[in-house]
Amino acid sequence: MYQIYILWFRQIKKYFRSKSRIVGAVGQPLLFLLALGYGLGSVYKKAGEGNYLHFLVPGIMAQTVLFSAMFYGAMLIFDRQFGFLKETLVAPVSRLKIMIGGALGGATTATLQGTLVLVIAYIIGFRVAHIYMIFIAILIMFVLATAIAAFSSGLGSFVQDMQGFQAINQFLIFPLYFLSGALYPLTNVPSWLRIIAEFNPISYTVDAMRYALINQTKFGIEKDLIALSLTLIICVLYGVWQFRRIQT
Amino acid sequence: MIEVKNLVKKFNDFTAVDNISFKVKPGERFALLGPNGAGKSTTIKMLTTLLKPTSGELILNGHNVLKEQDKVRKSFGIVFQDPTVDNDMTAYENMELHAVLYHVPKRELKNRIKQLLDLVELWEKKDILVRNFSGGMRRRLEIARGLLHHPKILFLDEPTVGLDAQTRVLLWNYVNKLAKDKNMTILFTTHYLEEAENNADRIALVDHGKLISIGNLADLLLKTKSKNLEEAYLKMTGTEIRDEKVEPGAVWRERHRARLR
Repeated sequence: MYQIYILWFRQIKKYFRSKSRIVGAVGQPLLFLLALGYGLGSVYKKAGEGNYLHFLVPGIMAQTVLFSAMFYGAMLIFDRQFGFLKETLVAPVSRLKIMIGGALGGATTATLQGTLVLVIAYIIGFRVAHIYMIFIAILIMFVLATAIAAFSSGLGSFVQDMQGFQAINQFLIFPLYFLSGALYPLTNVPSWLRIIAEFNPISYTVDAMRYALINQTKFGIEKDLIALSLTLIICVLYGVWQFRRIQT
Repeated sequence: MIEVKNLVKKFNDFTAVDNISFKVKPGERFALLGPNGAGKSTTIKMLTTLLKPTSGELILNGHNVLKEQDKVRKSFGIVFQDPTVDNDMTAYENMELHAVLYHVPKRELKNRIKQLLDLVELWEKKDILVRNFSGGMRRRLEIARGLLHHPKILFLDEPTVGLDAQTRVLLWNYVNKLAKDKNMTILFTTHYLEEAENNADRIALVDHGKLISIGNLADLLLKTKSKNLEEAYLKMTGTEIRDEKVEPGAVWRERHRARLR
């Protein structure tokens, strides 16, 4: 246990020491909230959908968690390039523990970033439906973050260079994000798009976040939670499987 | 203590390690010498579970390296050729993380870290982020870290690269003391041949992935009719390097060296 803890703590320490990561974590979602929230807010209202900022905030939180957790895979690639990965791989600690410790660290910082977005959203006028539901939202973010951090460490285990990792990030994660209903409702979209969205795990996370924060749901919270759990299991299995195969 | 039997490692068509066999006894200090790209680091990587051999058998401290990885990992410590410290952590944090990963008892942890950081004269700088260290300081930290847990076998892959003479002497004194007092088995590689002359009980010479010669210093000198190890080394490997440069394969190997390591 102490081994998992120290590897987890390493990620937390590194996060708080990297000022650029914290600034980016605040800056990017703020930009999205302001540019999209104010820009599209009036159109959204005219379409009779209500308050766009309320609709947008859970989506931007999920986005922040998604991309921050993906960053853990990049950290793994840096660890490989700077040699530190070797230090952990020859240690008498099972690869499972090494992978779990690091991925939980990445998941924790990603959840922190998502929570930070909520704080920013509050400052610019967002309000949750029930205050205690914030804890449920944080829990949902942590589940997503753990799944994505595990997935990205699997990816970082076999893609050995940053360029390759970025390419996969852009071809896989960006479409998943754009087709998740984070930015716009998926009610009046063409049916092919709706079908993709229904097989997209991010859709269910975004939906669960909306349920927790603004009491709106498209799929129903039960379905969301089942989809989220499945995503978590598959991602962790994939991550562990890939990580165990690393050779340097 | 270390047993290597018919070890082979191929990267596609290129054979990095070509049927090497040797044994190292408990408490022995064993030097693995050879030109760059001879297969020394690849051999160490396979011995330390980082790389799977194409074929062959490896036994470390009585455990099969391929089948009992966790037991094997508990038996050895290693100082790598390339840096492996985390630049975003302090010297102390790097040591602490290593100590925890290697199950050093909590109550001994602080004392041991202090003792070793004192040895490499970094205790005063223990709370500085490693990114602000000079190359030599990082190397010293790396060595202190490798000695933190007291393994049965210690691998040192070119440990003294970039170190000044003072630190080199310090390091070898400490390593020799460990070998003697704790009966620690040492396997090291180096390009400074006098280090092998002074600190190795037995020396193995490898080139092109093959074991060319093995024995103690007197054996090697006698066999090659040389006055010192450098002469013997050059007699056994020298001409072949010059040949290698005109081979088409050598160009390919040079280009892919980073990947092969």
